[in-house]
Amino acid sequence: MSRYTGVTEQDLREMLSAVGVGSVEDLFAEIPDGVRLKRDIDLPPGRSEQEVFDELAGLAARNRHCDAEVTFLGAGMYDHYVPAVIDTLLSRSEFLTPYTPYQPEVSQGGLQVMFEFQTAIAELTGLPVANASVYEGPSAVAAAGYLAKLETRRTKLVASRGLHPHSRGALRSHATGYGMDVVEVPLDAEGATDVGALAAAVDDDTAAVFVQQPNFLGTVEELGGLAEAGKRTGALAICAADPLPLGILKPPGELGVDVCVGEGQSLGNRLDFGGPSFGFFAAAERFLRKMPGRIAGETRDVDGKRGFVLTLQTREQHIRRERATHNICTAQALNALAGVVYLSWLGRRGLVELAELMLRRTHYARGALGLEPINPGPVVREFAVHVPDLDALFERARAEGINPGYRLARDFPEYPDGLLVAITERRTRADIDRLAALAAAVREVVAA
Amino acid sequence: MAESYPEDLKYHEEHDWARIDGEQATFGVTWYAQDALGEVVFFDPPEVGTQVTKDQSYAEVESVKAVSDVFAPLSGEVVEVNEALADSPERINADPYGDGWMVRVRMTDPSEVDALMDVDAYQELLRTGS
Amino acid sequence: MTRPALDPRAGDEAVTIYERSRAGRRAFVAPECDVPEVPVEDLLPADARRDQPARLPEVSEPELVRHYTMLSAKNFHLDEGFYPLGSCTMKHNPKLHERVAALPGHARLHPLQEPRYAQGALELMWRLQGALAEVAGLPHVSLQPSAGSHGELAGLLLTRAYHADRGEQRPKVLTPDTAHGTNPATVTMAGYEVVKVGTAPDGGVDLDDLRAKAGPDVACLMLTNPNTLGLFDRNIEEIKRIVHDAGATLYYDGANLNAVMGIARPGDMGFDIVHFNLHKTFTQPHGGGGPGAGPIAVSDRIEPFLPIPRVVAHGGENGGAPAFDLDFDRPKSIGRLRGFQGNFGVFVRTFAYIRSLGGDGLEDVSRTAVLNANYLKARLGEEGIAEYLPIAFDRTCMHEFVLSGSPAKERLGIRTLDVAKRMLDHRVHPPTVYFPLLVEEALMVEPTETETMERLDHFADVVRSILEEAAEDPEIARNAPHTTPVRRLDEAGAAKKPVVRWRPVDENPGDPGRAKDASASGTGAM
Repeated sequence: MSRYTGVTEQDLREMLSAVGVGSVEDLFAEIPDGVRLKRDIDLPPGRSEQEVFDELAGLAARNRHCDAEVTFLGAGMYDHYVPAVIDTLLSRSEFLTPYTPYQPEVSQGGLQVMFEFQTAIAELTGLPVANASVYEGPSAVAAAGYLAKLETRRTKLVASRGLHPHSRGALRSHATGYGMDVVEVPLDAEGATDVGALAAAVDDDTAAVFVQQPNFLGTVEELGGLAEAGKRTGALAICAADPLPLGILKPPGELGVDVCVGEGQSLGNRLDFGGPSFGFFAAAERFLRKMPGRIAGETRDVDGKRGFVLTLQTREQHIRRERATHNICTAQALNALAGVVYLSWLGRRGLVELAELMLRRTHYARGALGLEPINPGPVVREFAVHVPDLDALFERARAEGINPGYRLARDFPEYPDGLLVAITERRTRADIDRLAALAAAVREVVAA
Repeated sequence: MAESYPEDLKYHEEHDWARIDGEQATFGVTWYAQDALGEVVFFDPPEVGTQVTKDQSYAEVESVKAVSDVFAPLSGEVVEVNEALADSPERINADPYGDGWMVRVRMTDPSEVDALMDVDAYQELLRTGS
Repeated sequence: MTRPALDPRAGDEAVTIYERSRAGRRAFVAPECDVPEVPVEDLLPADARRDQPARLPEVSEPELVRHYTMLSAKNFHLDEGFYPLGSCTMKHNPKLHERVAALPGHARLHPLQEPRYAQGALELMWRLQGALAEVAGLPHVSLQPSAGSHGELAGLLLTRAYHADRGEQRPKVLTPDTAHGTNPATVTMAGYEVVKVGTAPDGGVDLDDLRAKAGPDVACLMLTNPNTLGLFDRNIEEIKRIVHDAGATLYYDGANLNAVMGIARPGDMGFDIVHFNLHKTFTQPHGGGGPGAGPIAVSDRIEPFLPIPRVVAHGGENGGAPAFDLDFDRPKSIGRLRGFQGNFGVFVRTFAYIRSLGGDGLEDVSRTAVLNANYLKARLGEEGIAEYLPIAFDRTCMHEFVLSGSPAKERLGIRTLDVAKRMLDHRVHPPTVYFPLLVEEALMVEPTETETMERLDHFADVVRSILEEAAEDPEIARNAPHTTPVRRLDEAGAAKKPVVRWRPVDENPGDPGRAKDASASGTGAM
């Protein structure tokens, strides 16, 4: 018996008697001897809650987290302020512990949360239908590719190099499965998707084009032009968008984008070393019946009361099986709850104010750093610069408890001296000025 | 609607019916099929001009909890589709042989009709399951 | 019989947060702008800027908190009651796990932090990999997949890479007809054709059918053992021989792992690839539909193809402490399946669970899970229940079992659906219904090991009382539930005319009293 089970000696006697066997071992009699494990599981024995806590705390203490340093690290996940209301609400058993709402009469809380979440995503993206979440950003891009395949039956996908490297990677590995080729379109000299190259890459066998907004370097892409070039031969225009900048950027749905997906971590979720967070998936009306994942819909009950249910379930794996629109079952409901609470907390004005603050601080930071930009065009919350001596910058910065950002060289060998700098609402002017001073010091040394 | 199987129709083992009218035939699903499905919420018809092939699925019909293939009893070219089903798919339940008709085709091989069951044979199929 | 709703106030008419909004209200105050307030027009071109703000709610913090708190009151949940959902393993979520997951060293750690500053996280992942490898009996683990389905996809992409590496094209994947829907859905997404294998009268795989279908064009057989009927396939060794002789891989869907930890390991049964559902066997809270995680363990021959990055350990010999790292240099890898390293927050909870229970505790989990299931099956096999809800396959079950509601339908006029809805009035969650498809009017029951005997007895009493009541008056169950915040919902209407977002009546949402008018007038998806 452990602290989570409760079979006493007395219970055991009664239970075995009711079942009609002499011992628990008898219940495993049908398992062939050849596959039985004839030793104990080779793991250390169980320990008290206190000891486990101490061990986990010890491991946690060996991680340099975002409260232990001033970080300019972004590249897909960001150090945003998560309000206390999220801790309060997400720790409620009623949100944390229930199953998927297949019995809607006792799940109206969860279903209404999904409905409100879908509404918020539809508002951000400018597309009328959104699902209740997918896993996260990069695999949402892959899921959009699958929808494009189901819709067009074509075999080619065209993806901008401005997509997050993880999104391009996930797209490629999934596409290998569902039988599509991925063609990459380069960035131009300003760090934006080369629209001419994109248009040239699109042909009659292209199912979809993918761009990211803002792109991985932080560039605000010219989405309307890219979508138009992409759709010339009947392909879908798919945009992977960063949700907070959508507070002030024109929604992809208004620029001809057919499907908008993205990473939801910025919306009220923890960094958690990369997960769990959530992916969002929104699309034009005509794709509703091909969308992946759960969708909550409004309806009435037998007494005429307003209520919510999982709807259009015939798209999903538990009904349509091999012809399902996707294989997803468990998604990210709790993380999507954090997302909709966060967006409700920010509110209509607050999202704009937050995004404008990030915009202004980002602009200030790019100027203050005084380093040659890789992408000089408009940026909202992140930008890339050339750094004359990255190692020196990092060494000095680390000594002062600062993390200057993401080194681009591994993912973008064409920018071997590139640094991606993220500015959230947590990075104050003082933080930025400190980084700027470090940059200045490094420039001086190099110039000398 | 009470369970019924009109005498003037031909039946296919996948629970579809055909009403022959000269060179053309109208297709739908039987009372048994709509009863098994439950309330129909969506019918996705083929386009006019599509070729349908005997014994192959030409469309899907959905209820809340199930998806079913709809099988062509005969081969032909689709000349008309029941547009009313887009807004009122429940007609398939209420009147599977009338308002719930699905497509009308111009038959490409009328001799295929001989392979279909008459009402007695179909009801025998329902009774015995074979 | 009347019983109060989950919460007396939970029966109030639904109002969305958008309808609660009032122009100008706010819960958020922006930090001070300490940089020059350059006009936005100077920083973003007009054609890139939104014309109108997104129509998000406008509520104060107290309203925000009340709204979501009252929504939560409408949810049945595991901390309040029994959830015998077959193949879901709704076991208790230990409360320690939230505390350790919230530690800043976990929760506030950026995924791209340099490995040398994330040694605690990488060590946790490394040790979790090792523990899962031991449980599975397969040495190489990737924690990356986000859920069971994602793990299944990984497994088939690995299978594809393995066969391609050997110069073979095999277009088919076999799944039993009792398989969970994610299996065939995954087969299609991975570019394969599904071939169904039949079930024998004893509930196991039909060996003759398998032999007939396991040819050189088959890439893989996906299996769950015990299967979705809760039965351990006694022929697993022969199945393995047939599949491996055909040159195919053998994939284990770990949804039912709760039955066999410490008893029989999938690796020892001959499986090449196993996925785990950390939100099932390993207590990650379900959260109303996620998050979860679906790590995989594989054999030596599949290892080269595992997703990147791999979590690796260097050094550590001669008593020195090992250093942990992320390794991207795997030329045969299928690539990555998602961003970063996977659902680390879930790994923290799972690791805490495994450390809390230890090897002996995990074995105790499976023994108790199987004992509880067999006990509940015996209680439900008593007169007064069994003649209406007989067991579908009369064998010793593992951690779950399937009943058929066909006799109840014929003799009492109530369907499995009605029984399930009436259970809601008794404040238990129904079992899984209408799955597996093989059993008519199926009820799939998995109590898990964390339920006490008296909880199981109570559930048996509930079932008995529902059946007795139906013998008197079947209408009660047919119209159930009666005491929940809403009653049976029009799902057909929701599918015919989907309304999947709230739409403003006008630009100023107004008071909740207008919500009814707005809904009545029909807010469509456009």
